[in-house]
This record gives sequence, structure tokens and C-alpha cells, in this order.
Amino acid sequence: MNKYKITFLTTILGLLSAVAYSQEAQQQVEMADAMRQSGKIYVVVAVLCIVFLGIVAYLISIDRKVSRLESKMKDNK
Amino acid sequence: MKKNWWKIAAVVLVLYSIIAGFLLKVPVLPILHETIRNLYFHVTMWFSMIILLFVSVWNSVRYLSGFNSKYDIVAKEAVHISIVFGLCGLATGMLWANYTWGEPWPNDPKLNGVAIAMLFYFAYLVLRNSIDEEQKRARIAAIYNIFAFVMFIVFTMILPRMTDSLHPGNGGNPGFGKYEDIDNNMRMVFYPAIIGWTLIGTWIMQLGIRYHKLNTIIHSNKN
Repeated sequence: MNKYKITFLTTILGLLSAVAYSQEAQQQVEMADAMRQSGKIYVVVAVLCIVFLGIVAYLISIDRKVSRLESKMKDNK
Repeated sequence: MKKNWWKIAAVVLVLYSIIAGFLLKVPVLPILHETIRNLYFHVTMWFSMIILLFVSVWNSVRYLSGFNSKYDIVAKEAVHISIVFGLCGLATGMLWANYTWGEPWPNDPKLNGVAIAMLFYFAYLVLRNSIDEEQKRARIAAIYNIFAFVMFIVFTMILPRMTDSLHPGNGGNPGFGKYEDIDNNMRMVFYPAIIGWTLIGTWIMQLGIRYHKLNTIIHSNKN
């Protein structure tokens, strides 16, 4: 009987401490919340970076196409 | 890869200007508020445009002192990308003006001047297209380009300074630097942004030149 009591108590206490710990963790540990800050300006920065990099990627692809054409022309000559 | 280091530099510099331009501290000023950050994007358009227009004139002069058509093509492509930057500058400027000066096109001498100056460069392109003979076209375009650049400087830099303008640095309105509207923090972003956008423009210009060269090779092979 005593044995059961002890196991029951430890389980309950263990669960309680886990809940308490997780609540504490939520209050203290901040993770990857730069994008969620009140101003959310980082989101705008990220969007602009993506747009700019997209255009750059397109530029690079055109650049490579022209390069390929140039080397082709050289071979033909 | 060795030849392309400046393209990487261009991308890195502009990317830096976007990130730092939004996240670094800026002076707190009335009316402008956060829009002072437009300095990194709107004003750089004009600076890059003027630098590339200077490249164009420089190549026109080189063309005239030797009649190598290579320089004529560079001059033309530099004007192309300059006009793109100029149109972006106009559009962003109108948006900015709408929220700080109250209307998109206040009768500001700098705005009117730059509108006229842009027309000079549209005329440059029309002039080029209207002449079929290559040598003649290149020669007339080069001479016209020199005049256009001088007029551009007169209409955008000199005349606005002789009257009152809303733009800083014109008329009774002292420049950013003098007023210390922009601090050293801002310069750390502003100057790299100018270099970055100018290099991006150079890249696009170079693509245009290379396309043009390939085109002439194809046409000469056909004939």
C-alpha cells in the first residue's frame, strides 16, 4: 500500500514539476522570435532581400546564357 | 569567377544596404520620420544614374577621338540603364513626395528640371533610331550626348540651386550634410548603396553590350 502511495505521489509531483518547468521555460527561453517582434520590420527586410535576390538570380541566368552564346560564337568563327 | 568579383560585390553591397538600411538607427526628424531611410534607395537611384550618364559621356568622347564603334555601344547602353534608374528615381520620388511634401509633383524646380533632362535622353534614343547609317548615327549621337549631359547637369544641379527648392541642398534649403540630417551612421549605408547600385547598373549595361556584340556578329555572318 505504502509502495503504491509513493509511486502515485512521485508521478503527480513529477508531472507537476514538468508543467511548472515548461511554463517557466515559456517565460524565459525566447526562440527565433526576431521575425515576430512587435514591429515585424525583419519580415519586410526579408521580403526585400528575397525580391532583390530573385532579380539577381535572373540576372545571373541571363549572364550565363549570354556567356554560353559567346563561347558558341567563338567556336563557330 | 575572377572576372566576376565586382558582380558579387554589387549584390553584397546592395543586400547590405537593404538590411542595414532598415535596421540601423536613423536620426529622428519631424515630417520625414522613418522615410529618411528612402535616402538609401531613392537618392541612390539618382546618384547611380548620374555616374552612369558620366560613363556614357566619357565613352562618347572616346568615340569621337578615334571613331571606334565599341565606345558608341557602351555610351548607348549606359544611357539605357540610366533611364531605367531615372524612371525608378522619379517614381520613388513621387511616392515619397506625396507623403512628406503633400503631393506627388509639387512645383519644385528640381522635379521640373529633371523631367526636362529626362526628355533630353529620350530624344537621344529617338535620334539614334532615326539614323540608319552606323557611322553617322554614332557621330551625331556622341555629339548630342555631350550636350545632353551638360544640359542634364544644368537642369538638375545648377538651376534648382538658384531658386528655392524642397530638395535639400538647393536654394535656401541646405544639404543633408550641412544640416546634419544624416549622421555618420547613415553615410555608412548610403555610400555603399551608391557603389552597389552603380555596379548593378554596370552589370546590366555590360549584358546589353554583350548582347549587342553578339547581334552584330550574327548579322555580319548573314551578309
